[in-house]
Amino acid sequence: MTDTVTDVNTGEQVVFWVCAILAVAGALGMVLSRKAVHSALWVALTMINLAILYIANSAPFLGMVQVIVYTGAVMMLFLFVLMVVGVDASDSLIETIKGQRLAAILLGLGLGILLVWGIGSGLVASPTVGLDAANDAYGGNVEGIANLIFTRYLLVFELTSALLITAAMGAMVLSHRDRWKEVASQRDLSIARFRSGVHPGNLPNPGVYARHNAVDTPAILPDGGTSDLSVPQPVRARGDERTLDQVDIDEVRQITEGSGE
Amino acid sequence: MNPSSYVVLSALLFSIGAIGVLVRRNAIVVFMSVELMLNAANLAFVSFARMNGNLDGQVVAFFVMVVAAAEVVVGLAIIVTIFRTRRSASIDEPNLLKY
Repeated sequence: MTDTVTDVNTGEQVVFWVCAILAVAGALGMVLSRKAVHSALWVALTMINLAILYIANSAPFLGMVQVIVYTGAVMMLFLFVLMVVGVDASDSLIETIKGQRLAAILLGLGLGILLVWGIGSGLVASPTVGLDAANDAYGGNVEGIANLIFTRYLLVFELTSALLITAAMGAMVLSHRDRWKEVASQRDLSIARFRSGVHPGNLPNPGVYARHNAVDTPAILPDGGTSDLSVPQPVRARGDERTLDQVDIDEVRQITEGSGE
Repeated sequence: MNPSSYVVLSALLFSIGAIGVLVRRNAIVVFMSVELMLNAANLAFVSFARMNGNLDGQVVAFFVMVVAAAEVVVGLAIIVTIFRTRRSASIDEPNLLKY
């Protein structure tokens, strides 16, 4: 059933125009948006539309692989790296080579016109065989591709496994960072805390008396004075600290004079 | 419209990717443009496979995807390494190889 057609049906035309316009819009948005994150999202749009176009081109396996590998893995990897590099990393508008941007746009447009015009005029009349026969020969698109990969392209397939291993190892080696100095252990941290001169432990608790135990009551020191450290610093700064006279004169006198009998 | 429209679309996407590589300064965006060009080539492979009626083009597109995935992993690792030492992802910054 090698149907040689030069035209595609209406449904595919609708799919093509919708997805082609969206894909080109995504590509243009990628080039034109200032922020790299926006560029990544535009590219994801282009990739999804390309996946639909693959499926329309009777390549359902490649369409699914496109969604999984490109929009699922590659673009998310891009987004992760953007998180590392900094989300607001946007382009500088300073040209290091004078006139480079204009020349690049002109060259790109020239390439586009050349390719579109050349291919477009060269391919318009060429007949299309269609993949129905090739897909049906082994019972489906996936089976047909598997037949080719595991027979004619077996060596290439094995080489890609070596390539993937090498890429994984390379990424690990490149992103590995040597430690410049030893990580401080708990013992080192403790020694450093005592050497720094500030109080190494907890600060003394506020005073706890028979009728007062709020944070604004200072604790009594052995010499009968009060400890400023026992009242939290914000309370002291506001001047809300109580003196011992305000707590309970008799009680405090009993405590300070040691007349507990 | 006939299936060669897909090839024309892929040429268009390839040109836009080429402009992106030449114009943009952020290394990650340049990398995305390269990915776009690879995808455009894949679309051309897939539509040529359909026009010729055999699956070899789809197999080649599949291998291109595998190589692109490996390339993205290594390339992004290089970008992260450069960013760590240079604190910048701009492709104008690394000029040590110039001298």
